[in-house]
Amino acid sequence: MSGAVSGAVSGAVGGAGSGVSAPAARATADVATSPTGGDALIAVEGLSVHFPITSGIIFRHKVGAVRAVDDVSFDVRKGETLGLVGESGCGKSTTGRAILQLVRPTTGRVLYDGADLAHLGGGALRRQRRRMQMIFQDPYASLNSRMTVADIVGEPLKVHGLRDRSGCKERVRELLQTVGINPNTLNRYPHEFSGGQRQRIGIARALAVEPNFIVCDEPISALDVSIRAQIINLLQQLQREFGLTYLFIAHDLSVVRHISDRVAVMYLGRIVELADNAVLYGEPMHPYTQALLSAVPIPDPEAEERRRPVVLQGDVPSPADPPPGCHFHTRCPAAQTGLCDLESPSLAEVRPGHWAACHLITAEDYPHIRAGEDDLAVVADGPPDAWPGDTRSDHSGDGAALDGPAGGGTPPASGGEQA
Amino acid sequence: MSDLCDEREAAFATAGLGSEAAAEVTAGDAAAGWAPDAPLIAHRTTWQEVWTRLRRDRFALVGLAAIILLVVIAVFAPWIAPHDPTAQFDEGLTMRGMPVGPSGQFPLGTDTLGRDLLSRLIYGARVSLVIGVLANGFALVLGVVFGLTAGYFRGWVETLLMRATDVMMAFPIYLFAVALVSVLRPSLGILVLVIGIVYWTPMTRVIHGEVLSIREKEFVDAARLTGCTSVRILYRHILPHLVAPIIVYTSLGIATTILFESTLSYIGLGVQPPTPSWGQMISEGQAYYLSAPHLVLYPGLMIMITVLAFNLVGDGLRDAFDPQQRRR
Repeated sequence: MSGAVSGAVSGAVGGAGSGVSAPAARATADVATSPTGGDALIAVEGLSVHFPITSGIIFRHKVGAVRAVDDVSFDVRKGETLGLVGESGCGKSTTGRAILQLVRPTTGRVLYDGADLAHLGGGALRRQRRRMQMIFQDPYASLNSRMTVADIVGEPLKVHGLRDRSGCKERVRELLQTVGINPNTLNRYPHEFSGGQRQRIGIARALAVEPNFIVCDEPISALDVSIRAQIINLLQQLQREFGLTYLFIAHDLSVVRHISDRVAVMYLGRIVELADNAVLYGEPMHPYTQALLSAVPIPDPEAEERRRPVVLQGDVPSPADPPPGCHFHTRCPAAQTGLCDLESPSLAEVRPGHWAACHLITAEDYPHIRAGEDDLAVVADGPPDAWPGDTRSDHSGDGAALDGPAGGGTPPASGGEQA
Repeated sequence: MSDLCDEREAAFATAGLGSEAAAEVTAGDAAAGWAPDAPLIAHRTTWQEVWTRLRRDRFALVGLAAIILLVVIAVFAPWIAPHDPTAQFDEGLTMRGMPVGPSGQFPLGTDTLGRDLLSRLIYGARVSLVIGVLANGFALVLGVVFGLTAGYFRGWVETLLMRATDVMMAFPIYLFAVALVSVLRPSLGILVLVIGIVYWTPMTRVIHGEVLSIREKEFVDAARLTGCTSVRILYRHILPHLVAPIIVYTSLGIATTILFESTLSYIGLGVQPPTPSWGQMISEGQAYYLSAPHLVLYPGLMIMITVLAFNLVGDGLRDAFDPQQRRR
């Protein structure tokens, strides 16, 4: 099983390499933002989405803003799967929606093949929508209960005038076949299908316009555990078949690990770390990533016994009133007063292809947090050489750290869900 | 029903393979694995489906029959009615000036002016139906258009429309209607207009509230992503979900409107005598309800039957428009 599954990942990557090209840029917008390689399909530059908090009945005035996404930059390369993880409310879904212009960004640019989407309107944006689609979290809410499957899947074809009437029906059957739904059911309504089947219908709708880029917004979190692996495999198969590029948003770390080529970690509206899949899971650098990964249960009783999660204190601050400086400093076990609570760290390339936003990583006296296989504990004032860089980098590959022996192809069923 | 159950079982069979086995199932296999013998259901238009489901609802059919009957009566009133509804008959009053009871000449008796009650009831159906349907239709169109626009586009459009609705609702509606009618000189057309203007506000509120919740649903986002225009989203994705509140509200509204017309008629601002309307007949007859109860009983009964018929059909339609009803 794991062979088939991990083959899907590497096949899809086509050797995207380990982080040669840089993600878009650092926090400040004036820094050159274009990625080095010419293979970025989507480039997000300084994206912010602030939801205004208003007051007043007739004359609404702004009294504040929820900074759902706060100055985020990254790019998604052609043919890759970029995982986007973080806690609930950290802005990962909003990021995905802002890329697709479902939510208009407050500031920043979203470049699709070099063209800025954020300033497109009306018809021009509708035409661009052929290139980008989305798979939604809740297969019950994302399908119109008053439309038949044929209408749901066929609507994009009609809207974009891709097929005539008879061609449309033929294409719908073909799409349903592709996602594993009996084409004979095309005149049925969504409520006649199970959750997994509905999600397949949602995928068929997304595929109808032959997009290049698909945002998968937690496509499996609402599904039965037994169905999840099917949908993941379907997504991977479709990626291979149609050369799709995914932005895979999830809070389930093992699923992201399974499907992604690179992973970005978000906290309170900002990206705190971005690296190749294996690197991020093997050698997480940002204290938040380390804490996040240490919370994943290991499907091996002995290893699980030795696992010591870094338990963060306190709650996530409100995005309406984020803390000054590093957003994570209020809960960071290694935060330094006078630095972390004053200055906001920018996303910097710590190593080739490995980006992190933390003052302490680059600082000389970095108090290391070791993400060991057995003992994952905070070493508060450890000597600099306690950083396991040398030893760890040797086996930075798959399965080195948290998931233990079951590593490579852990199906989401046994991987557990990370809240 | 039974084919539905079979599908469910088949779906469970696939799901029940367990995670490892399920992971092995590729998309192609799943296609073969899930309900491979699911029968092809022929494509039908929405109205065909609605009719199929409505046909099973006995009460709705009774209501529909009653409405059709009423419409036929209203349209063919001159041929059905035994007398001219405005003619006053000498033999329609007793020596002491009392209305006479049922007889061969006057099947339901006469009113206080010696006019044939049955003929007046039959002609009254015209006014009541026209007012009930047209005024409500007018209110419905205004309410749906304003409610959809305000709820979907938000912003200053919403503020403008909804505050205007609030202002309208703050008026005492009878006073408002009386003022309007007295300025405009009462006629059937004016009545329809006035009642429509008075009754669009609650409909707007209801629709607005519904749209606010529906527009946030993910399928609306999905529609936007597939490249639908706003008009298409409103028409294809949001409006079908408003069928239930619209139908319920309209069928209730028809009752209210018929009664509103009778109230206006009562104070002399409704349909002008001698043209008969049910409401007006009740108000004319109510002074005699002890000595001649049939004067209020029959028009009251007609209003009740009409209202009930519309409510029954409305109820049935609301269910029939919901595809989650069993398909048989």
